[in-house]
Amino acid sequence: MGARENILARIRKLQGRGGLTTQAELDQVRAAIAEHRAGPLPSMPWSDVVARFREQCERLLTTHDEAVSVNDVPDAVARYLQEHSLQTGVAGWPEFAALDWQGAGIAYANRPANGDDATGITGCFCAIAETGTLLLLGGAATPKVTALLPDTHITVVRKERIVRTMEDAFALMRAEIGEPPRATFFISGPSRTADIEQTIVIGAHGPYRVHVVLI
Amino acid sequence: MSITVIVQKHSMLVFSVFSVVKNWRLTEMQVQSMFFKRTASIKLDDAVLQHNMKKARSKFVDGRAKGMLDLDNLEDIRTAAAAIRDRALANLDAYLIEFERNAVRRGAQVHWAETAAEANRIVLDIARKNHIKKITKSKSMVTEEIGLNDELAKAGIEVVETDLGEYILQLAGEPPSHIVAPAMHKSKEQVADLFVQHHHKPRLTDISAMTREAREALRGHFLGADMGISGANFVIAESGTTLTVTNEGNADMVTTLPRIHVVVTGIEKVIGTMEDFATLIRLLPRSAVGQSIANYLTLTTGIKAPDEKEGPEQMHIVFIDAGRTKFVGGELQPMLRCIRCGACMNHCPVYQNIGGHAYGWVYPGPMGSILTPTYVGIENAGDLPNAATFCGECAVVCPVKIPLPDLMRKLREKQFDLALRPWSERMAIRAWGFAVQRPRFYALMSRLGARFGAWLGGRKKLIHRLPGLDGWTHGRDMPAPTGKTFRELYRARRAGRA
Repeated sequence: MGARENILARIRKLQGRGGLTTQAELDQVRAAIAEHRAGPLPSMPWSDVVARFREQCERLLTTHDEAVSVNDVPDAVARYLQEHSLQTGVAGWPEFAALDWQGAGIAYANRPANGDDATGITGCFCAIAETGTLLLLGGAATPKVTALLPDTHITVVRKERIVRTMEDAFALMRAEIGEPPRATFFISGPSRTADIEQTIVIGAHGPYRVHVVLI
Repeated sequence: MSITVIVQKHSMLVFSVFSVVKNWRLTEMQVQSMFFKRTASIKLDDAVLQHNMKKARSKFVDGRAKGMLDLDNLEDIRTAAAAIRDRALANLDAYLIEFERNAVRRGAQVHWAETAAEANRIVLDIARKNHIKKITKSKSMVTEEIGLNDELAKAGIEVVETDLGEYILQLAGEPPSHIVAPAMHKSKEQVADLFVQHHHKPRLTDISAMTREAREALRGHFLGADMGISGANFVIAESGTTLTVTNEGNADMVTTLPRIHVVVTGIEKVIGTMEDFATLIRLLPRSAVGQSIANYLTLTTGIKAPDEKEGPEQMHIVFIDAGRTKFVGGELQPMLRCIRCGACMNHCPVYQNIGGHAYGWVYPGPMGSILTPTYVGIENAGDLPNAATFCGECAVVCPVKIPLPDLMRKLREKQFDLALRPWSERMAIRAWGFAVQRPRFYALMSRLGARFGAWLGGRKKLIHRLPGLDGWTHGRDMPAPTGKTFRELYRARRAGRA
């Protein structure tokens, strides 16, 4: 017998069940999983998800701005880059490639970011109001590196895609996508570390700045 | 007994133990927990460590307390979190099989290892088969446990730890002293010295600047590695997903950039659903450092799609037993609920005073006092279940309600039964057991003890030295008893009232 069989057999023996895992037991586990039972939620004394999301972003040091529609995103990005004296070259997801970046004075490279790009522009699958969190789903048109490698990460969040909790975010993912894609990742503010003397420093390995443009 | 462990400052064998600790490498064979008492004494005398520990203490304890304020139904959530873990553990084999089925369906390969050596061999084989030269790692206590880095280095493969704390320790050649903040025992001056030595750049002492220097040093490794190794905070059965929780984003790099991703994790880490994860993640970062959420929650499922430009072509998941099944089915099984937040050590008065290295293996604090004796054998970690004041704080803060003091007590009972404690201690406990079963004899003995103690205390009512039990009085005085037993005082009081 191999390690797998030995380990599984040992577990069963020690728990007084013996033999091999039965189909009935597997069915039972699958049935329990299929319920997707949510645990108890803390009371959330807020109803305006957008206001809560903004407030939690601030707590996480994520900055935020607002644009009327997606067409105004390039101007909002230009404003942010200028305020922080950042380069006007960005790498971004295809989703926003057709916008008028040139008009806003930005050179938009429609490709995954690499280690040399200063700013990455992404969308997000949804955002979570409870914690000010962004949920991104990686894929061919939504490369993860763009949110990860540049010093500045700018995300476009549609207000109607802000849900209350992580449970709601998973439910939305299940309803629209099905299973989680290979890279399913939650971002809550800029990268940080406290590994030297428990002193919080922003910008450990990921972005120094996370900026949200709400539309 | 436990108090003596904290305050005893024996100087014997200080030098030999010091060299052992300094050259410590984490391999399964070299557990140093037998030296707990002596190492603890050294740590109490280490002024730099004491300073660093004192600084960290309030940050963790106050941070957690503040972080929990958001959760007005904390007890309900803790109960639910414990139930989530128990549900998977009660049917561990079926949950693992279900996880495996889904992971394989998504293109991952699942491996199983009964021992540390077997796990190392599996990872090494994957690396060799794929001609790997450089590996980046995100923090994984399981790989510390099995001594993976050394095995890979021996095979000529460059391994780079990318969590800042672990990176610092890799430069220092030291093991972690805390499971969440591995380099918390180091001051920024000590880190600055290490950076000068290894980065060959001017000495920096500003923590932000030092972090930037490390970031720049590690960027090249991230982009150049051909294999990434991560642990897993949890693995999710419903989708075959493994996940890591970080603040730095290093796990995102390690699981995205190299062409091969290897996850090394324990068989106990499985949970059912993403909803289960959502409940647990309300507690994990809050319990660890008081954050409402960690900056990066990295869920990885299977391999990259043909049209994707990023992501691993191969994903391997290595499930490790290496002692975990010793907890299964018995009275210690609740320990397997552990989600490795570190709250038990942050709140432990023993840990707060001596730091993690004294525990002599990967897992310090109360969790280590249960994990280490069970994983490596109770005969190799004799003092650990006794390294407690039984104040109970660890159980109070544990997010999954592990009754840590009860489990330590069970291990103490086991040590007693196996005659692993010193003869004198066992005799004393036996004598006590004899006495308490005979009330009249017990009353007589306690009367004698109370009188003797009062006499020893003298006019100052302080005992400087207890014959035969000088561990208690080494370094401090013991307040003397008043000379009357509780029963005598109680009787007198009742008589007075009547």
